[in-house]
Amino acid sequence: MSTSHIRIEGLRKTFPAPRGGVAVTVFDQVWFGIEKGEFVCLIGHSGCGKTTLLNILAGLDESSGGGIVVNGKEITGPSLDRAVIFQHHALLPWLTVMGNVAFAVRSRHSGWDNAKVRAHCQKYIDLVHLTGSEMKKPSQLSGGMKQRVGIARALAIEPDILLMDEPFSALDALTRGSLQDELVSICAATQQTSFMITHDIDEAILLADKIVLMSNGPEARVCEIVENTLPKGRTRKDMHRHPHYYPMRNHLLEFLVNRANSFKTELSDPGYDPMHPPVTRPGVGQPAARPIDAPGDPLPEAKTAGR
Amino acid sequence: MQLPLGLRAGLLSVVLFIAFIAIWQAAVSGTGKVADIDPEYAKLMGASAVTGASAMPGPGDIGVTLWQHLSDPFYDNGPNDKGIGLQLGYSILRVLAGFGLAVVTAIPLGFLIGMSPLVYKALDPYIQILKPISPLAWMPLALYTIKDSGLSAIFVIFICSVWPMLLNTAFGVASVRKEWLNVARTLEVGQLRTAIAVILPAAAPTIMTGVRISIGIAWLVIVAAEMLVGGTGIGYFVWNEWNNLSITNVIIAILAIGVIGMVLDQALGWLARLVAYQE
Ligand SMILES: Nc1ncnc2c1ncn2[C@@H]1O[C@H](COP(=O)(O)OP(=O)(O)OP(=O)(O)O)[C@@H](O)[C@H]1O
Ligand SMILES: [Mg+2]
Repeated sequence: MSTSHIRIEGLRKTFPAPRGGVAVTVFDQVWFGIEKGEFVCLIGHSGCGKTTLLNILAGLDESSGGGIVVNGKEITGPSLDRAVIFQHHALLPWLTVMGNVAFAVRSRHSGWDNAKVRAHCQKYIDLVHLTGSEMKKPSQLSGGMKQRVGIARALAIEPDILLMDEPFSALDALTRGSLQDELVSICAATQQTSFMITHDIDEAILLADKIVLMSNGPEARVCEIVENTLPKGRTRKDMHRHPHYYPMRNHLLEFLVNRANSFKTELSDPGYDPMHPPVTRPGVGQPAARPIDAPGDPLPEAKTAGR
Repeated sequence: MQLPLGLRAGLLSVVLFIAFIAIWQAAVSGTGKVADIDPEYAKLMGASAVTGASAMPGPGDIGVTLWQHLSDPFYDNGPNDKGIGLQLGYSILRVLAGFGLAVVTAIPLGFLIGMSPLVYKALDPYIQILKPISPLAWMPLALYTIKDSGLSAIFVIFICSVWPMLLNTAFGVASVRKEWLNVARTLEVGQLRTAIAVILPAAAPTIMTGVRISIGIAWLVIVAAEMLVGGTGIGYFVWNEWNNLSITNVIIAILAIGVIGMVLDQALGWLARLVAYQE
């Protein structure tokens, strides 16, 4: 892990005590790494500190202990190399689609003239299929389109890593699906290093090379790192046919339903080392949990994490 | 078929106007010869005593005088006889001067206050004490220190229009969505560019609300201020015509004050729509 492109090392976040209360340590001893070109998802229950972790990674918040090392250097604040796609798009409502993307591009390339900025923005607006909506204001766009602008804005600065905090959670299932597909193809084409928080197990299986499981707070830890055993090039339509799909899905679901909460007991296990959380590869070396062409979806709703 | 709402409202406005004029006319016109009085005495007392007509001018009188004013608004026959347009011009200039000074003071200062919770807290007690003071209460102090009645009036306009803009700017700047600031931070946008490209447009609608309230107050206060300092301006005109017992001119001045106030407010309303955005 010490060679990873991005290393989260012993990260801790404690919020100071509110008047009369006690300080809460949201998470502690969080260690994991993100390799170059890798897509990492973080799954955990509401309130375990996922957003806090992502904000520290983005440089928007400060850790209370431990640190984050990118390319061998400890981060000290926000950087154009770490682009953020916000949960609620965070578009500037007085700017057009083009204006929002251009705002980011001008921040990256302050020397570019207008024509060059526009051409560069156009490329990314086209990439997220918003051609023709360049001059619209965010209030004239649907939720999915707004999130696409957010994606275009983040990608247009060609960041080293893309950070996403539940970017699709506010969208309906159909829109979410098509945006996931687009993200898959964009990340595959550009080998974009990405880190994404999600509540959606299927989203994690579709997108992630590696899924980091976080236990419930306070004092949340990384319980386990799950390697995605489904082959690359999987799609939303066919991934459930793969023999590793149900082992993966059941493993993640089992974690969210039972283990995330009872993890405190696993913590005392002398085999657990927070610096090297166990790595599992569900489905590998096991018989398929279900027939390959299992009809329908008898499993309970995957999004158990929401309150 | 139903006429569009705008047209129906317009028609209703016209009907109300006609009704108002009719009632006004009826209220001021005489009931005929009320009493047999000595013609010599009647001559002395004027028509109103004989016919019962009110001394209050009717809409016709106002119309005639208004036409006279409108056909020559800018004449100047010495200190006590200037056209109403000229007087309004003086007032508008004073308001714009005081208000302009307030804009260039309040908006930058409000920006600083809004950006810094420390400055906000430190200045808050002063603002809370200064804000509720009637601007006219400053007048003697202004006359004493500035020693010029025209400038004192401008100062009073300044002091009354500064607070709404200061408070609205500070509030607007302090309540810019954290999300938007975070966007700027993750893009490594410098402080100055964040202030100009994010905070200013985000706070602009709130600032404009303050600006609009300010010009409204300034226009209210200028009439009173000019009554006090005298010399020129529509406030002085009203006072002067009252001393001349010309109710007609007073009514016309009231009308003019209303119209100019509306124009000022509409102009700023138009500006406010330019900077408005929909979330
Ligand atoms: N500024 C703050 N001051 C005090 N406590 C905070 C602050 N921000 C977050 N917390 C606490 O930290 C914990 C983690 O919050 P965080 O927003 O990171 O959760 P999350 O995992 O992203 O949850 P969700 O899935 O609902 O988004 C919560 O218990 C929250 O109450
Ligand atoms: Mg969150």
